[in-house]
Amino acid sequence: MRRTRILGKALTYLLLLACSAVFMLPFLFMLTTALKSSAAVLTIPPKIFPSVYHWENFGDAMRMMRFWKLLGNTMTITGLTIAGTLLSCTLVAFGFARFDFKGRSFWFLVLISTMLIPGQITMIPLYLLMKWLGWIDTIKPLTVPAFFGTAFYIFLLRQFFMTVPRELDEAAIIDGCGPMRLLLKIMLPLIRPALATVTIFTFMHTWNDFLGPLIYLQSDNMRTLSLGLYSFQGEYVSQWHYLMAASILLMLPCLLVFFFFQRYFIEGTTVTGIKG
Amino acid sequence: MSAFYRKRSLTGYLFISPWLIGLACFTLFPLLYSFGLSFTDWNILEPAKFVGLDNFDKLAHDPNVRDSLKVTAIYVVCSVPLGTVLSILLAVLLNQNVKGMRIFRTLFYLPSVVSGVAVSMLWIWIFESNYGLLNTVLSWFGVKGPHWLTDSSTALLSIIIMSLWGVGGSMVIYLAGLQSVPRSLQEAAELDGASRVRRFWSVTVPMLSPTVFFNLIMGLIGSFQVFTQALVMTGGGPGNATLFYVLYLYQNAFQFFKMGYASALGWLLFVIILVLILVLFQTSNRWVYYEGEGPATSRSKRRTRRPCSEGGEGRAPHSHTR
Repeated sequence: MRRTRILGKALTYLLLLACSAVFMLPFLFMLTTALKSSAAVLTIPPKIFPSVYHWENFGDAMRMMRFWKLLGNTMTITGLTIAGTLLSCTLVAFGFARFDFKGRSFWFLVLISTMLIPGQITMIPLYLLMKWLGWIDTIKPLTVPAFFGTAFYIFLLRQFFMTVPRELDEAAIIDGCGPMRLLLKIMLPLIRPALATVTIFTFMHTWNDFLGPLIYLQSDNMRTLSLGLYSFQGEYVSQWHYLMAASILLMLPCLLVFFFFQRYFIEGTTVTGIKG
Repeated sequence: MSAFYRKRSLTGYLFISPWLIGLACFTLFPLLYSFGLSFTDWNILEPAKFVGLDNFDKLAHDPNVRDSLKVTAIYVVCSVPLGTVLSILLAVLLNQNVKGMRIFRTLFYLPSVVSGVAVSMLWIWIFESNYGLLNTVLSWFGVKGPHWLTDSSTALLSIIIMSLWGVGGSMVIYLAGLQSVPRSLQEAAELDGASRVRRFWSVTVPMLSPTVFFNLIMGLIGSFQVFTQALVMTGGGPGNATLFYVLYLYQNAFQFFKMGYASALGWLLFVIILVLILVLFQTSNRWVYYEGEGPATSRSKRRTRRPCSEGGEGRAPHSHTR
């Protein structure tokens, strides 16, 4: 009995280690490729580790893809999208969670249903709308809609508002609090973890967005990092050390955010049941 | 006290007004617009021509539509169930009360944190037939790997394999689900003499089924919208081997400028997704088990509540009980 238990434990660890290797190997391969010379990338038989480490590949790749310019563009779009999402979704979620207005359940049902509409169906009319507004090749089509709420985050925040006991509101109302002060002073501090989750999810989504910038941004100076990497691939075919260095640079902020805010990631993922 | 909120019905509307405006401008108007467009022939430059049902007729006979539906269907049918099974297995493995569980959880979760063009780029390189990681590892075992992305018989398989790298996201959800299964239930089953396997199928799986259901729906919607991988990694090729539906839609709209036809394609996608979701909901009361209902009542047709809102709302308290 005891022996089978020890055997089972050993088997579990063996499986866990094997899976970890499978999940981590691509990252390792990406990093070692980024540090190889162009000749070392294309040797037969391929070696995982280079004999000489070329850290300057990162600097070269940054120059070639105009990293700092594209980083600035990406950060502007991401920052504005996060600000807009937090602002609008908090207000709307608070409205849905607390006010007993007529038609609330109807509008909430509409909110839930809009999550099922594939973005590709509204993509074409939205493009035409933005074109008509003269917003093509600006960051407006990518940022302005965020200020009008995102169904999914509204839903998430509303769920959190619902968990705040109404007795708290009551006490604040007796003290003469209006709805706006109630939201800012009482509610927001309590749902801070949820706001962190929304911020992180929005960051990841906007940072990695490809289709949006691909449709709306045209000139080289407006490009985001995703677009930059895509065209980098076209210009430097099979310069894998540069391509991997650039890919690492693009992934790095997401990995850093993950390491620092892991708690919110896993909490957000499990509460909403959606991947980041 | 709720009188405070009831008296302020208008304030409530004021709070949700940003979303109401957004709904009108960025959802309802585009929906109607695209519905109208789907009956026209329009290349943006010349005025739109009304063509009735021509687009839908063309769509029914377009070999590319047939191919792209096939590619997308194969992808959905393979990657969604495989991903579900794999993430449940990993979650069960992590739930074995092992030391260092958090480290393993982080390692498994990490790939799902990154996405987009950078990941596609990484996997093009992994699948590269002469110098790529996958064929290098295969060669250690004396296997000569295929040409993966450049061979039409393995290109779609490659993209499915790549999607499995990101199962960590749903694994975390299942892990939380596993941890919320009450210990008392497991112990009661154990006292009744149920084996580990039996306990897994009769206690764990039913308790996990709402999570599986929710993940299936989200996975289905996500898998129908594969775009970045297809454009960056293969451009739809070789031939039409990876012409995902959304890629074909994108090509029609923004490369061939057939706005009317692309809108018709969009509506077909919408209808397909809606029908599949309805079918899933229809079958759900046969296998999705909700807490607080005896097994007898869950099997009967008594349930009329909507599983969606239940699944969604039932999940929130977990974060606090954990």
